[in-house]
Amino acid sequence: MYEFDWSSIPGALPFLWEGMKVSLEITACAVLFGIAWGTLLAMARLSSIKPLAWLAASYVNLFRAIPLVMVLLWFFLIVPQVLRGVFKLDAGTDVRLASALVGFALFEAAYYSEIIRAGIQSVPKGQISAASALGMSYAQAMRLVVLPQAFRNMVPLLLTQAIVLFQDTSLVYVSALADFFGAAYKVGDRDGRLVELLLFAGAVYFVICFAASQAVRRYQKKLNAHVAH
Amino acid sequence: MGYQWNWSIFGSTVPTGETTYLAWLLSGLQVTVELSLAAWLLALALGSLVGVLRTVPNKALSGLAAAYVEIFRNTPLLVQLFSWYFVLPEILPFGLGDAFKQQLAPLTQQFLAAMLCLAFFTSARVAEQVRAGIGALPRGQKAAGLALGFTLPQTYRHVLLPMAFRLIVPPLTSEFLNIFKNSAVCSTIGLLELAAQGRQLVDYTAQPYESFIAVTLFYLLINVIVMALMRIVEARTRVPGYLGGK
Repeated sequence: MYEFDWSSIPGALPFLWEGMKVSLEITACAVLFGIAWGTLLAMARLSSIKPLAWLAASYVNLFRAIPLVMVLLWFFLIVPQVLRGVFKLDAGTDVRLASALVGFALFEAAYYSEIIRAGIQSVPKGQISAASALGMSYAQAMRLVVLPQAFRNMVPLLLTQAIVLFQDTSLVYVSALADFFGAAYKVGDRDGRLVELLLFAGAVYFVICFAASQAVRRYQKKLNAHVAH
Repeated sequence: MGYQWNWSIFGSTVPTGETTYLAWLLSGLQVTVELSLAAWLLALALGSLVGVLRTVPNKALSGLAAAYVEIFRNTPLLVQLFSWYFVLPEILPFGLGDAFKQQLAPLTQQFLAAMLCLAFFTSARVAEQVRAGIGALPRGQKAAGLALGFTLPQTYRHVLLPMAFRLIVPPLTSEFLNIFKNSAVCSTIGLLELAAQGRQLVDYTAQPYESFIAVTLFYLLINVIVMALMRIVEARTRVPGYLGGK
């Protein structure tokens, strides 16, 4: 029978916390960037300018057809070489980690844009007509009328996607970035206590994600109750 | 710095001499497809069972099923994979873990762990869809089934599930696509599937662009084929009168 030995965890907590901070930072950056870039993509996709709509659709479909691991490997191994060639960077500049982060954010933006597109489409068409009847331009109608309503409806979905994204950050493991999972694996590997550290990491992820998804569920209920009245 | 494009690299032989680089990629593709299909069948079976259990009147059973779904949905895929591969063989009782480690070939170990991981991960998502499908049916259907003298299991089998499964084909399509994409994570435990073979080509050939472009195209191809197949299934199973039906 396996003898559990959890003694290497207390001493490693500061190191694990550093990893958790990296995970949270990646999550925050990717969520903010993903929502911003995803909004632009969604508006481009719904635009009446055909080439723009087509480009945005291709971007979203491409990123949604490729595994995240492949995207991270592209941006970790291939893109830095291209950048080095194009910008004549000297060998000392390591852009691999930054590149992997950008790849992660670009990937998540494709998923955000689908949520946001559905949100924009859920706003009744009459709202745009009403806005233009009031003399607003299309951009003004979008910014002042459609998007505020769309985002209000989307908040629970955007938050749920953020929880998925937080779990996805563990995949930066393939790019040697020291996130929470990477830190836990390293400690486990060093002390020969992989079993305990992996179980610990799983438990931490579970507590965070479960609590967050319960909070989102409660918020959704409140929102629905509010809309119903 | 000019890059030397060399697409003929796929035709040249690997260092060990017995095959070509293209054959490496194709064997990776084969592993990806076999792994995903095997895991999908298991996920459908498990997910249907758990999804049904979530809707039964028995509180203990539905509670257990809910806990199952929450556990597999709230931990990262990578943590689950490493747990199947590194943790489970260590803590399995009765020498089962030792049997796994000592009697199975390393390749079989990786494939089994990867398959179970993808299957359980996906089954939680399938279960949510099955539950939603059953929940979308009018309440009267269950009552009518019971009133006709069906037992509860019979009502599920003959009344609720045949309709629920037809309703949830579209969301299941996207879960089916996801399982192929998620299988790429299994390269992290050394399983030589498509993404891992692509990485191996980068190490061996110094032609990283060609190798990554080829692997990406293979993933796109899988995506296109699965979508085309599922569109046929969706057209055949569509329920007239429901949203998206004729």
